[in-house]
Formats: sequence, C-alpha cells, structure tokens
Amino acid sequence: MAYSDQVIDHYENPRNVGAFDKSESGIGTGMVGAPACGDVMTLQIRVNDQGIIEDAKFKTYGCGSAIASSSLVTEWVKGKTLDEAMAMKNTQIAEELALPPVKIHCSILAEDAIKAAVADYKQKHGGEAEYSACNANKGH
Amino acid sequence: MSDAFALFALVPRFALDRAALDAAFRAVQAEVHPDKFAHADAATQRQAVERATLVNAAYQTLKTPVTRGAYLLRQAGIEPFDPANTRISPAFLLQQIEWREQLEAATQVAALEALEKRIAEAARDHEHRLAVLIDQEGDLVMATETLRELRFIEKLGEEIQSAFETLDP
Repeated sequence: MAYSDQVIDHYENPRNVGAFDKSESGIGTGMVGAPACGDVMTLQIRVNDQGIIEDAKFKTYGCGSAIASSSLVTEWVKGKTLDEAMAMKNTQIAEELALPPVKIHCSILAEDAIKAAVADYKQKHGGEAEYSACNANKGH
Repeated sequence: MSDAFALFALVPRFALDRAALDAAFRAVQAEVHPDKFAHADAATQRQAVERATLVNAAYQTLKTPVTRGAYLLRQAGIEPFDPANTRISPAFLLQQIEWREQLEAATQVAALEALEKRIAEAARDHEHRLAVLIDQEGDLVMATETLRELRFIEKLGEEIQSAFETLDP
C-alpha cells in the first residue's frame, strides 16, 4: 500500500513529538489504543486561562498513518478553543492525509485521542460550569 | 469457514492442547493433500485444493491465541476488533506506553530479553484468563476486553522480535 505524500511528510517530519508533565494543571492527557492493529497513542494539550489550546504534543507507537494523524491533530488544535477541538472529525483528518479506507481507523484513533485529552483537562477543572455541557461527550 | 474446531475433531474452546492440534492438522492435511488427487478428474482436484486451503486457514486461525479467541467470539456474534470500539482500560494503556518506551530505549540484548520475558508473562497471564472467561465462566464481555489487550501484547512481541533482528543482523 502506498502512503500519500501528506502521510510521508508527517511521518518523516512529525510535528510536536513529546510529552508534557501530566500533573500540571493546564495539561490534558488523552491515551487511546486501536486493538485491531495494536497501535497506542498519547496526545496532550496545554490550555491557557482563556480556555485556548496553546500547545500540543503526541507520542504514537504505530504505523505511519497513525503517526501522521496524531501529528496533524497537534498542528490543528493549536490556537483552538476546547469546543472547537471537540468538534474535530476523523473524516477531516482522513481527507487531509488522503488515507485509504483500511487506514481510516488511524484517524478515528487521533480523533478519540484529542477528545480524551480535552475530557481529561475538563475533568481536572471539573468545577468550571462553562465546560459542563461538553462533559456528556466524555465517554466517547 | 465451516467450523474450524470440527475440522480437527476438537472441542471448541480457548484452552488448546497445541500438540493435539498439530497432530490433528497433520492427519487431516495428509488426507486432503492435492497430491493425493493428482490422477482424479478436474472437479475432484479443484475440490481437493479448496479443502486443503480451508484446512490450512483453520489451522492458522486456531494456532494463534488471538485469532483463536477472536474466532470463538465471532462464533458467538461478537466482533472483538470493531474499529468503532476504542475502549481500553487506562491502566493497561499506561503499561503499554511504558513498555513501548522501554523498547525504544533498549539498545542492549539484555534489556530486550528482560522486556521480552515480561511481555511473554503478560501474554501467558492473558491467555490463562481467556481460557477461564471463555471456557468456564462464559463471560464474553470480559473475554473481549482481555482479547483486545492480548492483541496489543502480541503486537509488542512482534516489535521486540524485529528489534532483536536490528541489534544483531
């Protein structure tokens, strides 16, 4: 199977690889895995006082498409609000990277990872009423 | 696939006597081997090839714990690797990431061997639990979760093997 140029670019030059300190209050951590292929992914966001995602990092153990999907998501979420990040769809990722049907699950994994990171951040800041409406999505 | 276990006259369960499977496979394989039908008519030959293919596929499915467990769950109407289901226990995921970081950092054979040993233990533990959950307790929900975890462990095992190959070519 041939990878698209976009996947190869993100795979060879992954953006934002690494980790933040999980215990910091502005950090949300999402951990997800895809049993079908055994890939695991952590995606972290750093959220400022205005509720804007300032920075994001990821670490993915998996195929090129999974690495490219998470790399792309860390690029996309920077500067976004939590709600905007939650609205991100795996289809946008798959389209941007021109993923073939057998690799769509990699984009689903990246979508789940960002949602899990936002949910983790919100859970840490559970007292803030303005976020409560979004917590319904947490179980995704 | 017609019942893979029935092909080898085995009881459909997760716990498996590997030697019994191998012996049954060799016996059935000899029976259906296309060479035996070299002088038969074209239709019989074609049937023999189809049957031999089926027997090989069934053997491959039953031989490996992950595919054997998945086969049993699918027979019960459960798709263990449904891509829409990304639920895995957070503690297990953390452990996975820790192991993968160790694998990434391992530059010596000894470190790889230590990791390989831990992974093999985790695999045995999961296989044992699957046998209890599927064969004894019939808890297919927990079995599905355990099988999904075993798939991660299997994948990590494969990556450790390729790391060994990279270390000593």
